[in-house]
Amino acid sequence: MNQLYNGVFLRDLTLAFRQKSELMQPLMFLVMVVSLFPLGIGPGPETLQRVGPGVIWIAAILSSLLGMERLFRDDFMDGSLEQLQLSGLPLYQVACVKVLCHWLVSFIPLLLLSPLLALFLHLTLDMYLVLMLTLALGTPLLSLVGAIAVGLTVGLQRGGLLLALLLIPVFIPLLIFATSAVESAALALPYRAQIAIIGAMLLMAIAAAPAAIAYALKVSQN
Amino acid sequence: MWKWLHPYAQPKRAYQLCTTLTPWFWTAAVMCLALGTIWGLAFAPQDYQQGDSFRIIYIHVPSAMLSMSSYVAMAMAALVGIIWQWRTAYMTMIAIAPIGATMTFIALITGAAWGKPMWGAWWVWDARLTSELILLFLYFGVIALYSAFEDKQQAGKAAGVMALVGVVNIPIIHFSVEWWNTLHQGSTITKLDKPSIATDMLWPLLINLLGFGLFIAAVTTMRLRNEIIRREIHRPWVQSLVEQKEQDHAV
Repeated sequence: MNQLYNGVFLRDLTLAFRQKSELMQPLMFLVMVVSLFPLGIGPGPETLQRVGPGVIWIAAILSSLLGMERLFRDDFMDGSLEQLQLSGLPLYQVACVKVLCHWLVSFIPLLLLSPLLALFLHLTLDMYLVLMLTLALGTPLLSLVGAIAVGLTVGLQRGGLLLALLLIPVFIPLLIFATSAVESAALALPYRAQIAIIGAMLLMAIAAAPAAIAYALKVSQN
Repeated sequence: MWKWLHPYAQPKRAYQLCTTLTPWFWTAAVMCLALGTIWGLAFAPQDYQQGDSFRIIYIHVPSAMLSMSSYVAMAMAALVGIIWQWRTAYMTMIAIAPIGATMTFIALITGAAWGKPMWGAWWVWDARLTSELILLFLYFGVIALYSAFEDKQQAGKAAGVMALVGVVNIPIIHFSVEWWNTLHQGSTITKLDKPSIATDMLWPLLINLLGFGLFIAAVTTMRLRNEIIRREIHRPWVQSLVEQKEQDHAV
């Protein structure tokens, strides 16, 4: 446990905070993409409120795809991932801790930034609270499932675009349920079912993804 | 219980099995498709509401159903490959992938052709259409990942993991009608006890369904043979196969 904490968790956090610009870039991208929509489809508050939840979620998914490679790429390149595999620590635990770190450093800032995005798109308070809930449950799912695909493509020369091709279809159900929850909240309808489904998907990912990530990393190391 | 299956993990035995099965699959597929299509298009009664344009059901429904089962078959092959480390399983997986993608594409195209007269639009963002489109994307992802790797054994493993991740999407596709319940008409033949289709219309559909399945099996066995030959090209048994072919030609 201590080894995992010191050797993986603290190390990953330290590395992440040393590369602050890399952490900031996906967030800036997120804000820019969201601010493109009012420019592209008109500034009317009603229109923006209508498309807002979807825009925020799509922007969150796209920006997370940009930062996703960071999960394993550097460690794969400099060989520390191989050392971690040889260290005797169970690989799935290492994967869990790395995914947790990734979620903390890339999605907590996104959650903190979300009030600003909600203001941009004129979301009401009710809509915003549900949006926050879907983001809190949905972003760990993005990290977990994304890590599988990153593990598979990490050994490839140009894995970036391929990563997006692999992940976008897998994230579509999440997008559908998340936006439909916020829409229900906007109409004062019950939204628990959608939240429950997102929660169920998250639990399933927590159960199955670590093993898949570990296997994917082994495939990449060949 | 499954011991009899084990020898077919060997590429050579799998190749021989495919060689035996391919002509049978082709014959049966051509017979079923000819019978089902002619019966369906020419002799089945008209629909009282949709007229003759309902007849596209004989292409649309089999391809849509089998696009999903092909994905499940692909994922099962991937699972077998990952658990038992069978190289032929990965070859089977990648043999099925493009056929499944084609089936999905056919289902989308025929669906669009059916949607135009019925709903007045080529494309509607209905749950089932969208799910079928996602399924096509999933196929593309598996094929793209497989072709990105130089080492095909590694490629098979990687694409297999991705196929298994995508298979989570299949139940969502299947139950999406109940979940979102939008424009698409309800399923015609999944209610096994009492289908909401007249029997005269149902028979050609079932025959075509079987025909499509046999067709997929035929193309899969052919593609699997190609894949085995390509991957085993330096093995003695493939070399002797080539020599035998050359001798046959010489005679």
